[in-house]
Amino acid sequence: MSVLVYIESENGTFKKSALEVASYGRCVANSLNTSLCALVFNSKDNATLGAYGVNKVLNVESTHPFTAEAHTNALKQAVDKEESTVVILSNSANSKYLAPLLASDLKAGYVPNVVEAPSSTSPFVVKRSVFSNKAFCNTEISTPIKIIGISNNAFGLVEQVVDITTEAFELENISSKIRVEGVDKATDKVSIADADIVVSAGRGLKGPENWGIIEELADVLGAATACSKPVSDLGWRPHSEHVGQTGKPVATNLYIAIGISGAIQHLAGVNSSKTKVVINTDPEAPFFKAADYGIVGDAFEVVPKLIEKLRAFKTQNA
Amino acid sequence: MHSKFNFFLYFRGIDKTTQTMKILVCISHVPDTTSKINFTNDNTGFDTTGVQFVINPNDEFGLTRAMWFKERQNATVDVVNVGGPETEPTLRKALAIGADAAIRVNTPATDGFAVAQELTKIAKEGDYDLIIAGRESIDYNGGMVPGIIASNLKASFVNNCIQLDIESNNATAVREIDGGKETLNTTLPLVIGGQKGLVEESDLKIPNMRGIMMARKKPLTVLEPNENQDFTTSISFEKPEPKGAIKLVDAENIDELINLLHNEAKVI
Repeated sequence: MSVLVYIESENGTFKKSALEVASYGRCVANSLNTSLCALVFNSKDNATLGAYGVNKVLNVESTHPFTAEAHTNALKQAVDKEESTVVILSNSANSKYLAPLLASDLKAGYVPNVVEAPSSTSPFVVKRSVFSNKAFCNTEISTPIKIIGISNNAFGLVEQVVDITTEAFELENISSKIRVEGVDKATDKVSIADADIVVSAGRGLKGPENWGIIEELADVLGAATACSKPVSDLGWRPHSEHVGQTGKPVATNLYIAIGISGAIQHLAGVNSSKTKVVINTDPEAPFFKAADYGIVGDAFEVVPKLIEKLRAFKTQNA
Repeated sequence: MHSKFNFFLYFRGIDKTTQTMKILVCISHVPDTTSKINFTNDNTGFDTTGVQFVINPNDEFGLTRAMWFKERQNATVDVVNVGGPETEPTLRKALAIGADAAIRVNTPATDGFAVAQELTKIAKEGDYDLIIAGRESIDYNGGMVPGIIASNLKASFVNNCIQLDIESNNATAVREIDGGKETLNTTLPLVIGGQKGLVEESDLKIPNMRGIMMARKKPLTVLEPNENQDFTTSISFEKPEPKGAIKLVDAENIDELINLLHNEAKVI
């Protein structure tokens, strides 16, 4: 018996969400009094995983790009080999791509968007967010193998240093029905999914030509940029930046909303962010009821000042 | 009677002589995005009082793309929903938008795995080339239905699909990844988990009177479910803790905001 975690990397380093997955896995392994295994691709830094409670790394050396079929197959082999009863993944696009395929292969119940450690392991009950973060649901998984997708930034990072061993893991050759033709990804930018801070703007910015101050603010904070639904529908910003119920959920430490009134769909999407700041000219904007800190003021005056002050702050605290 | 008969023929997969692409769009019946979410029966059930139900937005983008294939590439489009009789207006809306026929599997949608098994059966019997579902429903956000159908059918699967083009048996799809996108090539049969981007918001169709009238005559077949076991059970619901009051900072006092973010919230 074991708990298995799927560990994702970005440019050769583990994603923060992957270390959260390991932390969560350690917590479940403790409850079940069993060991924690990790399936990792091209890992060079296993000590880090040991610090988050991983006992055993199954390392796959592979030059192939991610495909859901290959990674599902690798996880399935790892589950068979390690007799895993719980598999834990993140909420990344890749995790959400392969989790249903794995659930189908293993005939396992799958619950995504889990926000807390299991409240019980027999029966196995987890709390997940539902209705796009407007509520939570305590859900029982009744299959012998359980698959859990955890929400970003909910369980958090928990260090627990354990002895770690590494084993090279060979993959079966599977023929993929899907060929990756190309990947288009900005390497110098933080993605919304992985960011600790997100700077988001709405129609209050009046036009796409005014996004310079938003990008500058994001740059100072090392943040990702996002936008409201109307802004992406108007074509001012790409759909990939749309945050909200039909766009992306955001679960960051800090979410700064500039010129966004705060429609219920938008607020649902950003609900799980820890600290929310709103900057808006209209004091009646619904976002003021959902935020932790607020400034009533014109973005074109407030944001440049904020950038200047933050630069000074960063220099001082560097 | 005539249209029902035709529908029955191709539903059985007999109509395979023509080259038309057969599309199945899976429709989830969900609360409108503006809905306030409340629970009943000691927080064990969703309170539908005053809630307006709609086609799941992620499914609607897919349905609209399916209509594009119907108009430009002569595809046929069926829609299917797993749910009780109360979901029929949502299926009728899909017919009014332009789908050819609708199927309802008569059982409440309680578990993603069980729903996917029902849909797999429909997909197999109808011998569809392309199956479109939303990447997730906006109520339970399970996000597993399209993947499980694909796995069951041993069909290709593209999740978070934001662009789809099909030329005879070949498909080019763009998938949204964290921080970018990825272009994929594959062959039919194909299952996608669709989302915004497949079509623009402005491409979404509001049914016109003619469409609504025609939808009344289109076939809506009700099928009884198989006995599928639920893998997961929703035990109880909770609402988020009410938030504390906002701290307002004067627009002239940006230092105070930085101080609060640094010392109080500890996020910078």
